[in-house]
Amino acid sequence: MHEVSLMEQTIEIALAQASKQGASQIHRMKMRIGDMSGVVPEALAFAFDVVTQGTIAAGAKLEIEPVPVTCFCPNCQQEFHPPDIFYECPECGEPRTKMLAGGEIELTSLEVS
Amino acid sequence: MCQDCGCSDITSEIGIHSHTHNGEHQHEHHHENGDHHHHHHQLVVENGTTAKTVTITQSILQKNDRLAERNRGYFAAKGLLVLNILSSPGSGKTAFLEKTITDLKERVKIGVIVGDLETDNDAHRLGHAGAPAVQITTGTACHLEADMVARAAQKLDLDALDVLIIENVGNLVCPAAYDLGENWRVVLLSVTEGEDKPLKYPTMFKSAQVVIVNKIDIAEVVGFDREKALHNIRRVAPDAVIFEVSARTGTGMEQWYAYLEAQMAEKESLLGIG
Repeated sequence: MHEVSLMEQTIEIALAQASKQGASQIHRMKMRIGDMSGVVPEALAFAFDVVTQGTIAAGAKLEIEPVPVTCFCPNCQQEFHPPDIFYECPECGEPRTKMLAGGEIELTSLEVS
Repeated sequence: MCQDCGCSDITSEIGIHSHTHNGEHQHEHHHENGDHHHHHHQLVVENGTTAKTVTITQSILQKNDRLAERNRGYFAAKGLLVLNILSSPGSGKTAFLEKTITDLKERVKIGVIVGDLETDNDAHRLGHAGAPAVQITTGTACHLEADMVARAAQKLDLDALDVLIIENVGNLVCPAAYDLGENWRVVLLSVTEGEDKPLKYPTMFKSAQVVIVNKIDIAEVVGFDREKALHNIRRVAPDAVIFEVSARTGTGMEQWYAYLEAQMAEKESLLGIG
């Protein structure tokens, strides 16, 4: 359950941004969560409700956009989305270890007033 | 060029500038210390009040990642090889480290930072084995973070060490996301945990440079399918170096020591202090 501490850090960033904007309320928060980030979106949503209590983000809507894993095969010079956890290139079948995307834990936008 | 709006001016300016696009809505860009934050404003009417959308795109782990890089630089300056040891609770991390410390005592100076939710039992065990050990009790946190490691490292005489081992909290999920500034991740699994552990926790196993299969002395008793386990590890983590050991009997530990010492020698020759 590191989702709670991740959400605390997320809210910290969000509150700082809202304050910079002179906002008194956060209505909506969007995040991008990679499929291989080790974060469970449901746990994050649960943490959001708890962590936002008593802040200007209380009652806000959290939208989570999942980010699929993208790998690159240097042999075939192509990107691919592995269908499973093995990251094998669909062309040459070689396992690839480097992810171009899929590990994101990002706050992308806020709707404030 | 910025991927959000196509603006090309993302590095040259520090401060805030605003401009209008086609008179439709106003954009404001804020650039600070090389960081790239975007604030795209649009008008939204909600309950009669005006709301605006602020685009941020910031990694939540950015702060930890930055501190981890600072740790890595600091440890490199001290000539240390730093390992982050991870496993489920009860896989034998502490026993594996006790054995390593005891057997290498004359040849390699090892210091340890141990993370647990509660108690300093593990630091005592490792201290008895002959290594300076600092315990971090995380309370409720299920993982170590880079700033905890930075603070704990201050309590060790790093100049007197060759290798710093960070024994993370027993957990195969949460610690995967937190870089501590280590050189390698060493992930342990024991034969009692099942051959499909790497398939269940791919994020953690994919981040490992070394995988240790521990408790092989009881493999037969618990019906451990060695071939299947190795196959699963290799498919999930094709670049990881695998060692099969029993920390209790010492079987397989020599190969692990040889690897560790070879890596230390390589690091020293790279630094030109060999």
